[in-house]
Amino acid sequence: MLRALLARWNQGHRTAGYPGEPPSLPDRFRGRPVLDASRCPDGCRVCADACPTGAVKTDPLRLDLGSCLFCVECQEACPEGAIGFTSDHRLAERAREDLVTSGDGRKRMAALEARTLRLFRRSLKLRQVSAGGCNGCEADVNVLGTVVFDLARFGIQFVASPRHADGLLITGPVTAHMKAALAATWEAVPPPRIVIAVGACAISGGPYAGHEEVNDGVGSMLSVDLYVPGCPPHPYTILDGLLGLLDRL
Amino acid sequence: MIELANAAAVPLVRIPELPFEAFREAVLAAPGQNRRVSALFAAPSGERLALYVVLADDEDSVLWCARTTLDGDSFPSMTPECPEVHLFEREIAEQWGVRPVGHPWFKPVRFQRSRRPGHDAWGRTDDEPITVGVTDFFRVEGDEIHEVAVGPVHAGVIEPGHFRFQCHGEHVFHLEISLGYQHRGAERKLIGGPHKRSIHQMETLAGDTTIGHATAYCQVLEALGSGRATPRGHAWRGVALELERLANHTGDLGALAGDVAFLPTAAFCGRLRGDFLNMTALLCGSRFGRGLVRPGGAAFDADGDRIAELRRRLDAAEKDVTEAARLLWDTASVMARFEETGRVSRETAASLGLVGPAARACGLRRDVRKTHPAGIFQVVHIPLSTCESGDVFARAYVRWLEMERSIDYVRAQLGELPRGDARRVCPPPRPGHFAVSLVEGWRGEVCHVALTGDDGRFAAYKVVDPSFHNWTGLAMALRDQQISDFPLCNKSFNLSYCGHDL
Repeated sequence: MLRALLARWNQGHRTAGYPGEPPSLPDRFRGRPVLDASRCPDGCRVCADACPTGAVKTDPLRLDLGSCLFCVECQEACPEGAIGFTSDHRLAERAREDLVTSGDGRKRMAALEARTLRLFRRSLKLRQVSAGGCNGCEADVNVLGTVVFDLARFGIQFVASPRHADGLLITGPVTAHMKAALAATWEAVPPPRIVIAVGACAISGGPYAGHEEVNDGVGSMLSVDLYVPGCPPHPYTILDGLLGLLDRL
Repeated sequence: MIELANAAAVPLVRIPELPFEAFREAVLAAPGQNRRVSALFAAPSGERLALYVVLADDEDSVLWCARTTLDGDSFPSMTPECPEVHLFEREIAEQWGVRPVGHPWFKPVRFQRSRRPGHDAWGRTDDEPITVGVTDFFRVEGDEIHEVAVGPVHAGVIEPGHFRFQCHGEHVFHLEISLGYQHRGAERKLIGGPHKRSIHQMETLAGDTTIGHATAYCQVLEALGSGRATPRGHAWRGVALELERLANHTGDLGALAGDVAFLPTAAFCGRLRGDFLNMTALLCGSRFGRGLVRPGGAAFDADGDRIAELRRRLDAAEKDVTEAARLLWDTASVMARFEETGRVSRETAASLGLVGPAARACGLRRDVRKTHPAGIFQVVHIPLSTCESGDVFARAYVRWLEMERSIDYVRAQLGELPRGDARRVCPPPRPGHFAVSLVEGWRGEVCHVALTGDDGRFAAYKVVDPSFHNWTGLAMALRDQQISDFPLCNKSFNLSYCGHDL
């Protein structure tokens, strides 16, 4: 017992000051991209050809954060330096089309509609469904429950039953084999209820888009209230999305 | 059979073509010759199917490979005499519509359709729907027997799978694990590759084993292309592999503590796992090492300041994780729950072909870093850690022993990184070649095997995640246990669903 208390003392206070303080991110972290279409030579599409998921489009240059793996193949392919990645972790959006960026920054994300916001702002219980996720997104969702992020201090918790949940947080490209289970889980959540798609797979199919074994994300099955891009998204990117949705930033 | 070293390639024609009986005899004789089955798979050979086997000899550090061509749509099952091939045979049957006659547990693996239209091992027609999880589950009958079915959607933030327990009160007679929910068609898509997406799919086969699978894949490409990674690239891969092991083992110790309601270690390790992930992110920007391992070496390098920062963080994490782990071993209420729970005997582990910490916890000396070293591990050796008792405690304690050695290894590597570039250009794969690559991921042996066609593209690609071997080990661990100990036993294995389902 004394040893446990001593260890507790030694390990110290570890909860991050976010959102009051900026998050600590590694300098090589790849977040929101910056694009400079004025550097693109006519007809050049080396960036689009290099992209493994078709996230980069040219004429004009734009990038779909919902498909992007943040792998920098496009950046390395571009001889003109027209594409770069900043360490801005704020990537989440409410609408699918808002994930397509031409690199001109991000508008402030809208929170939930007034009625649902009133219900969920101080208490949001989520059921997580992994539908083909690789355990990357799952792991960085799970980490929000550790003392570092301490998700519960915002009133957000993951619950064991969809009956206790206010919404689903979905990861993975939605495999054909998980469609029925996902639909049944959704049916079990009492309305009003929300859907959060976390990671490139859940938004677009990610590296598995187009495979006959997957559904290219959750969008064709359920109406999505929050998209969190990344492969996987950094925990702070997920937290930023959740807090933005609840108007807590 | 032909002798191969890990991460080597040979022309396909040099893989000996055995008559089926001789091939079968070689597989059946393997356990008696200190060889275990790393991979057994089928690939089309003209109009017919060929079976390929890779046997690992852990004492002589040799891989034995052979093939045979099948006649017709069935072959006599090898499982009754060599249980470790049980899931390989089911996989071959499901993927290619050939039936291993006499297989004692003949059920689908991932509920996928045969890749050869008109050939189905269960006699289903091509338009008959295949529903995941619908199979003939083993059932125990009796007045007081009850069945507990769990999943595919579980209570935590975790991947999907289906578990069926046959119970008498709390007592579990049998656990059957039925997977396939995560199947994304990864292996099928590799045929005709490498594609520009392939490396990204390798990094997400099991996203918590990004470094393990990406390294196995890059070793395959380097062997097929007769290219080599740079020494510095090899060293970074080794550092990243051990950081991946440290992060996941730390997380597992914390999760095990959480499952016996010992919150101090659960809370400390939850944070410390992230500290190890953040060290990988310091190197390459991604907590999971995405983008780090690439053919020819490593895509990121570090200078003196960054290396000093890595060492500083390693020292701090070592101090805290040592304290967190010691609390487990020093707390009687934790040890009372860990010891004698979920025991797997050495004999069972050997006959099922378990790998990784689950095998080493039963006293089996299996660790690719030591027994089939490739890359940096040919130069720098990591001692092999084992435990004897085969229970939850052993699986936890082996992890801790490995962590201590991984920390020493990373610290030493950071102090003596080879000079030069981290990466060089890797030539494209040679046509008509066969390559095997093993990596000791944190869960155990990651095995990749590739065959190239006349065009130098993948004609077949086999991935064996360590979980493929080990799920049955979890089922065995639950026998004669209390069902309330399932979470603890499950956590002590912590296997991958997507790595199994691909």
